[in-house]
Amino acid sequence: MAKILHAKYMAKCIGCYSCMLACARVIRHSFSLSKSAIQIRTAGGLQSRFLADICRGCLDPACARACHCGALLPRSGGGVKFIPDKCMGCQDCVDACVVKTIRFDHESNKPVICIQCGTCTRFCPHQVITMEEREDGR
Amino acid sequence: MAGKRIIRVLDIDLTAEKMETIRREDLAPYIGGIGVAAKLFSELVQPDKDPMDPEQPIIFANGPMSTIFPVVTKTVAVFRSPLTGEWGESYAGMRLALAMRMSGFQAIVIRGKAARPVYLSIGNHGVRFKDASALWGLTVSETGSILRDLEPGRGHRSCIRIGPAGEKGVRFANVNVDTYRHFGRLGLGALFGSKNLKAMVVYGEREEKIENFAKYNQVYKEIYTRAVTTDIMDKYHGLGTAINVNGLNHLNGLPTRNLQQSSFEHAEVIGGESFAEQSLVRKMACAGCPVGCIHIGLHRREFGPGYDYESKYLSYDHELIFALGSFLGMSTQDKIYQLIDAVEELGLDAITAGVLLGWVTEACQRGIISEEQLGVKPEFDKTEPYLEILRRIVHPPNELYQMLALGAYAAAQRYGGQEYAMTLGKTEIAGYHTGYANILGQAVGARHSHLDNAGYSVDQKLKNKSPEEKVAALIKEEKWRNVLNCLTICLFAREIYQVDTVIAALDSIGISVTAEELEKLGHDIFEIKNTTRKQLGFAFNNLHTPERFFETASLTGKLDRQQFEEMLDLYQKQIGVHSQR
Repeated sequence: MAKILHAKYMAKCIGCYSCMLACARVIRHSFSLSKSAIQIRTAGGLQSRFLADICRGCLDPACARACHCGALLPRSGGGVKFIPDKCMGCQDCVDACVVKTIRFDHESNKPVICIQCGTCTRFCPHQVITMEEREDGR
Repeated sequence: MAGKRIIRVLDIDLTAEKMETIRREDLAPYIGGIGVAAKLFSELVQPDKDPMDPEQPIIFANGPMSTIFPVVTKTVAVFRSPLTGEWGESYAGMRLALAMRMSGFQAIVIRGKAARPVYLSIGNHGVRFKDASALWGLTVSETGSILRDLEPGRGHRSCIRIGPAGEKGVRFANVNVDTYRHFGRLGLGALFGSKNLKAMVVYGEREEKIENFAKYNQVYKEIYTRAVTTDIMDKYHGLGTAINVNGLNHLNGLPTRNLQQSSFEHAEVIGGESFAEQSLVRKMACAGCPVGCIHIGLHRREFGPGYDYESKYLSYDHELIFALGSFLGMSTQDKIYQLIDAVEELGLDAITAGVLLGWVTEACQRGIISEEQLGVKPEFDKTEPYLEILRRIVHPPNELYQMLALGAYAAAQRYGGQEYAMTLGKTEIAGYHTGYANILGQAVGARHSHLDNAGYSVDQKLKNKSPEEKVAALIKEEKWRNVLNCLTICLFAREIYQVDTVIAALDSIGISVTAEELEKLGHDIFEIKNTTRKQLGFAFNNLHTPERFFETASLTGKLDRQQFEEMLDLYQKQIGVHSQR
């Protein structure tokens, strides 16, 4: 089965932002962290822990169900495929996302969708984020 | 070189509450960082006015490689130092360089003085001047907590602020950057306070397209791989800079008890290995650094009977363990954490605070200042009196404390004991006693820092070379570091960013430059600094070198004043200044 992104080991995160830079760079050809589909932040300041806002790779994704223009399609193994050309920029997927991790890019008028490619994990120096199969198949 | 780049400077006038974006194409050849900041500062500084005069500028700058290349994490601040009255230059990491990049400004200039306490909220919209009267008087951490809730940009923003020490004009007050880093040493915090400026929050969401993806991506990957596989990862991520404590101690290079000794019998207990084993809880990184050298330790303290405990996460480094540890004879980690906590909350520079306390202790023991004036009896290895002295420096009850708030050099000028007030260029020394190059490097360096020219390293690596070669190495290193500081690369990554790598990285983002041009840039900045320093009062023949350096054996043996003076003359000769001795 296809793998999906996990952030199980956030206690090891040093907050270097290499994952965000990788997503923005490789997927969106941008230097801007706001273009990254993975967002690292703190729970409440730098004395608290780091959190990762990531696509959780739903098997029956609410974002895809909410998309009426065929731009978001369920992906085998979890998550979605994104077809930008079909996207009209309605933002219904942003509202529908259960964990509220879809950001909207007003410049391109399209959502910043995680395509579960694993690029971010290849630039994590401490193996905090990983690509793994769903354990329970759900 | 770099013709079409335009440096966007945000110019802020606190007096008028006005702002302006200034586009400076002519600054492009300076690349960024210290080059841009030094040039702007040399244009704006008021040499005939007091360092704390409202007209004195504060300049912040990042560089074109900030955050988008591994370990390029620093922002430079240039200002007239309230501590020395001379050249002020300080670097800090965490999120500020990233936040400036996302806000779209490569430099920020702050001038004037607000009518009442303010903080600045800076984004791509420009600046909002916000009332900080409710924040005035608060500690560094409380200020941070409140601003976190008040301001937008969570995750990508930076929050820099002063504590009570800056507000009260303590000349070695620092500016805290995102809890765990600082603009330290030369008193930027006092300058913030003098401008009624409590804090600055920077954020933005600016889009920046990559022009040449294939080229940039390849260079990025090469540098990233080197950053995470070479030994800087082991050294700086592993034990961190605290690894130096035991190493220096074994070699007689660790300033101890106000440099009465150069080795410490309790070094083992306060060394990097012990800190890691006993209190290290996590490591952190500045934005864009896959190494992560920031070591956070757990400080647990009983504050009341009945098992009432508080705990705090504090950042430790070699310099803190030296200044608030060995230099004050502190025999446990817990004692060092207590002092770190105090300087962090008050917003004092840790090195200066520790080195000043060393002088206070010895001056009191020798009877040139009294226990009565101090209100407590300072003693090596005792934290309570030191904590009280730090509080009183910020809230001075008498003339002695007003003098202590000016730093060790000024205090020793007033009361005596200059021979053991451990300053160079009116700046308290860093944690090394390695030999002549270390002393000379800090004495002549633009900001009197061991990081100007790495004299401590020259002492060790060029141990058997001639004084001429050592002096030449210091000059060469200071000029090259000017180049690295234009790019705002963390100096821990200096081995990765050799000249070829720098050229390739710049080229991949459309800035074409040759090795010769870079060398010239380093030299030009060296000259700008020297010219400006001179205007601000720096003079080689005013340098004071405390006798203690020549009494306590160093890592390279006992030092001789005559030989040191000869090296100082050589230095002036090599940079083309006629010796005035």
